[in-house]
Amino acid sequence: MRYRGPAADALLQAPLDLFTAVFHRPSGITHLLAEPAPQILAALGGGEMDLDALLAALAVEHELVGATREALVERLGELTAAGLVEAR
Amino acid sequence: MRHRLGLRVGPVSFRVGSDRREPIHQLRALYAGYPAPDAAIADHTVRLEAPRPWRRWLRPQVRVAGDHELPGAVPLPARHALLAAEMAMNLQLALGHRRHILLHAATVERDGRALVMTGESGAGKSTLAALLAGAGWRFMGDEFALIAPDTGLAHPFPRPVSLKNESIAQVRAAWPAARFGPELAGTPKGTIRHLAAPADAIARMDEPARPALILFPRFGAAPALRPVPPAEAFVRLTEASTNYVALGEAGFRALTRLVREVPAVALDYPDGSAGLAAIERCWAAL
Repeated sequence: MRYRGPAADALLQAPLDLFTAVFHRPSGITHLLAEPAPQILAALGGGEMDLDALLAALAVEHELVGATREALVERLGELTAAGLVEAR
Repeated sequence: MRHRLGLRVGPVSFRVGSDRREPIHQLRALYAGYPAPDAAIADHTVRLEAPRPWRRWLRPQVRVAGDHELPGAVPLPARHALLAAEMAMNLQLALGHRRHILLHAATVERDGRALVMTGESGAGKSTLAALLAGAGWRFMGDEFALIAPDTGLAHPFPRPVSLKNESIAQVRAAWPAARFGPELAGTPKGTIRHLAAPADAIARMDEPARPALILFPRFGAAPALRPVPPAEAFVRLTEASTNYVALGEAGFRALTRLVREVPAVALDYPDGSAGLAAIERCWAAL
């Protein structure tokens, strides 16, 4: 499975506290995301990755160590359901 | 429409017309001192008309019409035409206004800083706003807070305060000099009486203020005060806004800025005087 994130200019992000408010320009929908969802979107960065590459990117670029594959798949499932990530 | 009234409330102008004399007459009294619209064309038009021709005389009724209408809205008895007019003005603004982000909130101001109180119907926004105005705060509005997307400032929209049931006597007792409209008994929300906006609220209706505190009041509960984190405040404000979705990105920027810049607290209070005292304490601690 490969995952594609939205282009950087498709999102408007406002970190608030533990949550980040995200405005998705193509749909006009507002999302409230908790960690590590904003980091996943940033790591995907509008590109496409498989699970291993994403896990590595999260560990290196976002210091998100210890994320399990299962947890990441679950988060990606939520982001896909929200329309922010495309799974193919 | 045989009877008409044009008026401006802060940055919004209305034209209200009716085939009956009384509602316009009552509106004129309640809105005495308000300026006329700046331009020939008002922002919003409200019509109060009989749903059927015979309803002008036989068990008279009024229905509201305008640029925006709610399908299936039930006509009100003509004796509640003033309430119909106020509801119609709210509806036009809620559905048609795009220049500000609209929050269903009451706003008062002191020392150039605004207190924005938002909550569901019955939370006590209007009563608290009236009591605070009686205690020397500047009344900016009890129905909508108008936040400018570019500056983040709250703009006054000082309409008459819609007081319901027990709060009518409470405000009268606390503020004997206040001017009221007629008592409207037996409305869908019980007895309603409008408190005319104070003269200084009308005189200063073009003077915005920077929000300094967002309050989520809840009437009738044991006293409690809790800071509301920005994300929770953001969600509650998007729910309190009638045009957040319509404004799109501008609404997102305005509300995220508001909750990042302005502290928010949830206040449970058992009665008006306890509410006022708690608000003064919060304000002093800013």
